[in-house]
Amino acid sequence: MKCRVCREPAVIDIRRHNANFCVEHFLRLCQDQVAKAIEQFDMIQPGERVLVAVSGGKDSLAAWDLLVALGYEVDGLYIGLGIGDGDPDAAGAGYSDVSGQFARAFAEARGLRLHEIDLRTTYGYDIPGAAAATRRVPCSACGLSKRHLFDKAALDGGYDVVATGHNLDDEAAVLFGNVLHWQVEYLARQLPVLPARNGFPRKVKPLVRLGEREMAAYCVLRGIDYQVDECPMAAGNRHLGYKEALLAIETRSPGTKHDFYFGYLDRAAAAFRGLAEESQDELGHCTRCGAPTPGEVCAFCRLVDRATRPERPRRDRGVPVSLGPKPTDDPR
Amino acid sequence: MRVLLRNPSREVTLRGPRSVISVLNELSLHREAVLVIRNGTLVPGDDQLADDDVVEIRPVISGGMEDGPGHTSGAVRR
Repeated sequence: MKCRVCREPAVIDIRRHNANFCVEHFLRLCQDQVAKAIEQFDMIQPGERVLVAVSGGKDSLAAWDLLVALGYEVDGLYIGLGIGDGDPDAAGAGYSDVSGQFARAFAEARGLRLHEIDLRTTYGYDIPGAAAATRRVPCSACGLSKRHLFDKAALDGGYDVVATGHNLDDEAAVLFGNVLHWQVEYLARQLPVLPARNGFPRKVKPLVRLGEREMAAYCVLRGIDYQVDECPMAAGNRHLGYKEALLAIETRSPGTKHDFYFGYLDRAAAAFRGLAEESQDELGHCTRCGAPTPGEVCAFCRLVDRATRPERPRRDRGVPVSLGPKPTDDPR
Repeated sequence: MRVLLRNPSREVTLRGPRSVISVLNELSLHREAVLVIRNGTLVPGDDQLADDDVVEIRPVISGGMEDGPGHTSGAVRR
């Protein structure tokens, strides 16, 4: 296997490009693709301050590394979610603690600034507790918390833009799910750039031209240690199922994910644009925290309320019914 | 060779020499869903793995996206 650029031994093949690359030219490809995405979608202007949402996983650390390499001024924000803090012998034990360690080690080794927010310390809840209190899937409470806190941190810290590590596989899987269920309002917002408006900062996804495997490879080749283990709360979720389905299609027809996502942006996204603008026009401000919201109290404040509400005593269920003597297993 | 696998973490021993693709096939792993790592760098699919190699096969697909309202719908919000 030879590098397409220099004919030296290659370390990775990228089937959708029908090409192999050596270390040097693969790393250059990643930088070029991020630079192209930033320019193509007008994501970041020179001199702007960027806050990258850091999870300790491969995508967010690669995004941070690539943006710094391209010369942007980028700080990170890590949110301690409290996942895996219970039974030390359970699957996924210590997940959030370990993720935070990877984020800190990355920042320290490169002299970068990492902000941190711990949900339990600052807001009195964690993601497993919030999921239980709201009886929703954990990813729902997690996404809501992260969106709110990244927005707030960016506005409070004077950042011009929030960057996330969503890659091509993420975007294609999200698009696939929203098309399958015709979630047109979500489709309207599924863009590589969401402009700043109505109290939200600008949000950008500089990795949209790179796949998940490429981001893992980038981290290995750049010596970036990251959280490899899957989030124990995400196991078996629908998003992973969408990725598996797309992987099966991509295997038969390399390039399909790219065509699906970028074809949507080129030829279909404009048809949904009005829906996003309508939903944004209706926003007021949360009476508690000031965040944009269509109601009186924003979804994050309502989540905090429910997740920190003391457990109600069980209702008096009346006089227990006597069922008589317990049956015995003894056949005599 | 010793093969380290993740999610869940485990280790298997296989005979070498043999190609990366052959190892992935025996373990029923999709080559687009993993990276094969030896001595801190990537091993391409057509490379040979020796009997005394220690390799890590690392999954690359990660999930965890928020489902939309009424989470039975399967909608995904960004």
